[in-house]
Amino acid sequence: MLGRVRRPFRALVVGFVPESADLSADEWRRGEELAERLLSGRPGRVRRQVTLLILALNLIAAARFGRTLPALDPSTRSRLLTSLQDSPLLLVRRGVWGLRTLAFLVYYGREQGRAAVGYRASASGWASRRSPGTGAGEGREP
Amino acid sequence: MRSARCDVAIIGSGAGGGTVAQALIPLATQGRRVIVFEQGGRLEQAEFTGIETEMAESLYEDGGGFLTEEGTLSLAFGRTFGGSTAVYSGTSLVPSARVIEAWAVPGLTHEDLVSRCERHAANNGVHLLPPEQINDNNRLFREGCLGIGLEAEQFPVNVRGCRGASLCNLGCPNGAKQGTDRVQLPAAERGGVEVVTRAEVRRIGDRRLVIRVERPGPGEKGAASAWPAGEYSVEAPIVVVAGGSVGSSALLLRSGLGSALPRLGEGFTCHPALILVGEHEREITNDVGHPKSYYLDRSVEERFVLETCMYFPFVTAKNLTGFGPDHSTMMRSFRRLQMILALACDRATQGNRISVDRSGRPRVHYRFTPEVREALAAANRAAARIFFAAGALRVHAPLANPPLLARDEAARIAGRITATAFIPGKTSISAAHLMGGCGMGSSPTDSVTDSWGRVHGLPWLRIADSSLFPDSLEINPYLTVMALADRTANAVLEDAGRLLANRGTGLS
Repeated sequence: MLGRVRRPFRALVVGFVPESADLSADEWRRGEELAERLLSGRPGRVRRQVTLLILALNLIAAARFGRTLPALDPSTRSRLLTSLQDSPLLLVRRGVWGLRTLAFLVYYGREQGRAAVGYRASASGWASRRSPGTGAGEGREP
Repeated sequence: MRSARCDVAIIGSGAGGGTVAQALIPLATQGRRVIVFEQGGRLEQAEFTGIETEMAESLYEDGGGFLTEEGTLSLAFGRTFGGSTAVYSGTSLVPSARVIEAWAVPGLTHEDLVSRCERHAANNGVHLLPPEQINDNNRLFREGCLGIGLEAEQFPVNVRGCRGASLCNLGCPNGAKQGTDRVQLPAAERGGVEVVTRAEVRRIGDRRLVIRVERPGPGEKGAASAWPAGEYSVEAPIVVVAGGSVGSSALLLRSGLGSALPRLGEGFTCHPALILVGEHEREITNDVGHPKSYYLDRSVEERFVLETCMYFPFVTAKNLTGFGPDHSTMMRSFRRLQMILALACDRATQGNRISVDRSGRPRVHYRFTPEVREALAAANRAAARIFFAAGALRVHAPLANPPLLARDEAARIAGRITATAFIPGKTSISAAHLMGGCGMGSSPTDSVTDSWGRVHGLPWLRIADSSLFPDSLEINPYLTVMALADRTANAVLEDAGRLLANRGTGLS
């Protein structure tokens, strides 16, 4: 589904999570698979709305700044998204909130995204934190 | 369409359905056929990987992101063997006399609920974790509360052999949490109760269910159903509905019971909740250890409750306000983050209700009242003070504008955090305590059931879940659901002779 709007969608993801600009092609593929999976469980009406919204944002960028989303510089893109997030129209705010959720899923839903923030939870729990001295509270296995 | 028959059909396997299933073992022992129909799948222990995206998809309705009609609140509820007891953190509180008395349900006393809660707490191994199992995230909350002159209380939790995986909300990978998937349902199965998973009850007719059993999708976790895939018409002289607030209400509504029961779907409450984070100077233990050990109950004074919590990267990212470099910086502080969940004690309000669309899919309508917004703002202010008292350098509060507060702003919290910063559609807010829709009372004009879960005018139809709550519970609801389900089961046992008269045992 995202295939039709891949370029503007990626530009939006980078707008929401700047470090996603450094994702490899393989990491993009994995992240977008997560987004596709989430959308596949939603009604067709919602999937169509997401596609339309991405296309609409691309057009808004072109109309307002003379460039589509992928061609906007990061600060202009951020300004655009901020203004839409603060829109007086609930429908627009909801749309941005939904795209933002997809962007976070693309980045933080991946194993590398979780690792990038230092997330370490595992089934072994306290037993996995036996090495003392790697941070406050480490080695406090009960 | 295939046909089947049973004596008692229980719809749903969570805190309500699981409790009823275990309580009806005496009927199964007498040769009666008791079947639990669960919409979700049943996972093998090894399938609980703790990976956020795959577990959310396997265990929750809509992956935990079921949106209200307004699109401004996401609801998390389980759809798996064990229902939401498989995915909650095991907190087990007894309801307050104040709340139960305010419900004013004829025939329902606080004393009766407490005795049933205590019995179920014992059955589920509920206890307080010892101090050495409390992680920094929880310890700092308690210290922060003390720092501002308030006393946090410890959550009793239903874990046995907890290893501190911190993954309760993704299903315990070690089977330590004693949900109905670990306690009541296995006991019921040993006692002769059948469980049919991947079975969605589409409609309830007069003592008859229309059920659709699905095959697992490609790559989907969980075993195939005990019944072959397809449509079934199931005769059931007694039907106990325990599909949760949203599921039960929607099922009864799409079964056409709304006209006889005008209160059906009404009175929905959910404790809408915001996540706040405090950033500390050094790493703390947060994503190891039980995630939810303490709470601060301000329901009487300020209509909110604060709880410790620790979520996973995607959920955390989603719940922080904003995006871009500031958001990323906070996310990269993950190992130094302390988290607090701020829940509003909402009230049953006209318009906040459950309905169904043309295909029978549930729709939840929820608008935030001024009281809820004020309660959330007060909760944000209290949480921010707790973070700073615990030593946090910065606090991210969704109702501060801008959301980041530096330590030198601690004295200006009252001015920085206000209800006006709550903007539906922008502020990330969610709820996991879904209540109401089939509320208890005395007649169809004020309720859907009596205090024993009997649906008014339909003696064969019973309810046994949080949809029974006539108003918000103001605490984590699981033990209260069990207590109410226990009452429903008692009434079923009492009435079974009459309702099952002139039937064989149901066994072929």
